[in-house]
Amino acid sequence: MTIDPTSRPVDVGPGGPARDAAEGRDVATTADPARPVAGDPPQPGPRLTGAGRALKERAIGAALALAGAVSILTTVGIVVVLVWESVGFFRHVPVLDFLTGTEWTPLFQPQRFGVLPLLVGSVLIALVASLIAVPLGLGAAIYLSEYSPRNVRDVLKPILEILAGIPTVVYGYFALTFVTPVLRHMIPGLGIFNALSAGIVVGIMILPLIASLSEDAMAAVPRELRQGAYALGSTKLEVATRVVTPAALSGIVASFILAVSRAIGETMAVVLAAGMTPQLTFDPRESVQTMTAYIVQVSLGDTPFGSIEYQSIFAVGLLLFMVTLVMNIFGRWFLNRYREVYA
Amino acid sequence: MSDPSERLLTTPPGLVRRRRWGRAFELVCLGTTVVGVVFLAIMLVDILIDGAGWLTATFFTESPSRFPSRAGIKPALAGTLWLMGLVALIAFPLGVAAAVYLEEYASRSWVQAVIQTNIANLAGVPSIVYGILGLAVFVRWMFVLTGGRSVLSGALTISLLVLPVIIIAGQEAIRAVPSSIREASYGLGATRWQTVRHHVLPNALPGIMTGTILALSRAIGETAPLIMMGALTFIAFVPDGPRDAFTVLPIQIFNWASRPQDEFRNLAAAAIIVLLVLLLSMNALAIWLRNKYRKEW
Repeated sequence: MTIDPTSRPVDVGPGGPARDAAEGRDVATTADPARPVAGDPPQPGPRLTGAGRALKERAIGAALALAGAVSILTTVGIVVVLVWESVGFFRHVPVLDFLTGTEWTPLFQPQRFGVLPLLVGSVLIALVASLIAVPLGLGAAIYLSEYSPRNVRDVLKPILEILAGIPTVVYGYFALTFVTPVLRHMIPGLGIFNALSAGIVVGIMILPLIASLSEDAMAAVPRELRQGAYALGSTKLEVATRVVTPAALSGIVASFILAVSRAIGETMAVVLAAGMTPQLTFDPRESVQTMTAYIVQVSLGDTPFGSIEYQSIFAVGLLLFMVTLVMNIFGRWFLNRYREVYA
Repeated sequence: MSDPSERLLTTPPGLVRRRRWGRAFELVCLGTTVVGVVFLAIMLVDILIDGAGWLTATFFTESPSRFPSRAGIKPALAGTLWLMGLVALIAFPLGVAAAVYLEEYASRSWVQAVIQTNIANLAGVPSIVYGILGLAVFVRWMFVLTGGRSVLSGALTISLLVLPVIIIAGQEAIRAVPSSIREASYGLGATRWQTVRHHVLPNALPGIMTGTILALSRAIGETAPLIMMGALTFIAFVPDGPRDAFTVLPIQIFNWASRPQDEFRNLAAAAIIVLLVLLLSMNALAIWLRNKYRKEW
């Protein structure tokens, strides 16, 4: 905006409409003769004097700024709450023991607070999910951006986006009642709760994120690059894999990072399908507990406020928050890179 | 073959093979795209088969019960509607005000840059972390105000969760209003607020509404933060006020799905059908709004 309305003389002269100069009070002049603008609805509100109006403008500006500040307050609130309660937790459990310990048994004796099993559980789910979502999402992005006719695209893309909008508890139900039984037919000895089933549905859940962000990045690759490659005699495969994909690489990498971050923060599907067994394993056939699943487990029980079990969810939450925050910052940094190059 | 122009017209060596690879690659890519679609179809059909038979009248009028045949979703459905209503009341005005502030008041200032980065970061915070925030702030610190584990606490938490989505959608809608409209308004002597109130907001409203409904349709399926808030699962009554205890559909689904008996899992599937119908009708409403009020400037 180039015009600054606050620097403008605010009111009409003495010949203007009726106003209460002494008080600055509202005077109802709904049919304002000073503004008979064609096509513009008459100003319905009450008029104020210059000083009153400027004050009202300022008050409204301040109120709007306050609403904008809510998002800042949310961040501050999250950090303060997590750090505050975690400090209490780390008074009992040394930070180093927490980060390097390999046993997590907070709900029975002897209590041990080594977070590695939870961290590895989250990483394992994210790994399985990536193995599903990265190839499928990238293939879908290449198809939608380079091959699909417009009408096919207009059908496929919204359907993929529905996948992203389905509540995660629904994925959890489907993993538990459909995916796991199918897997148990194929893999003998597979338990009811396992990281594989949870990872597969989380992978399907994050697939649309990869497909749509990668496709955006590919769509941003200038047409001249493709045309140049075609003019040199490349086939579509060569253009897609040797020109478009490398040119869109930072956007594609960003989509992977953001999707993995989403998978690590994913909760309900993991709670339902992967179980509640904190163990340090990279075997996807095992039941594992993720950081998010532990937080849910504690909140489902009757943990008294202020106890060490209660405080432990804040420590785990803080770790979860930091891991996802770092990944999101990296992801968005990659996104901005391609936007700067081709914008 | 001495004439170079003639050589150009023949097929270069290997082109047939390269084209064949290209065709195979296209099919692979199409295949990967279809996997997601097929998965979605299987999931929906499976849920329909499991749950459709349980969608009886008692299912909507009864409370959860130990006996599957007498169990219903009335308290959960009521809780979900209460929650959605409160979230709309809290998050819509806050989100629109923040979007107006960012686009019309703080445009291109350092304040906008800071808030914008902050909103982008908030959008990536796992929902369960909002649950932790809500548990500490709304359930415990503001106990006197919210009544503890109440539908109001839940609504405040979910409002913070969807706020980034509403703000971003609101900003896009406001940005789509051409600046000529603003300049005309200023040119006629309107103040900044008058311009916003009478010209920018009315023109941006359909876009804002669409974004808000989509945000609410995301909120309707949120489970983890509400479990953290202690939205109890065994609730046999409908909330009377914002300070009452409550449960919601996704938590009822979670509760039923985590039981080993098939009957309860089928109840979960039936509740999922209700949840998805609600969700899809909200999406349809959003799309209808967008198409009805689409403007070409």
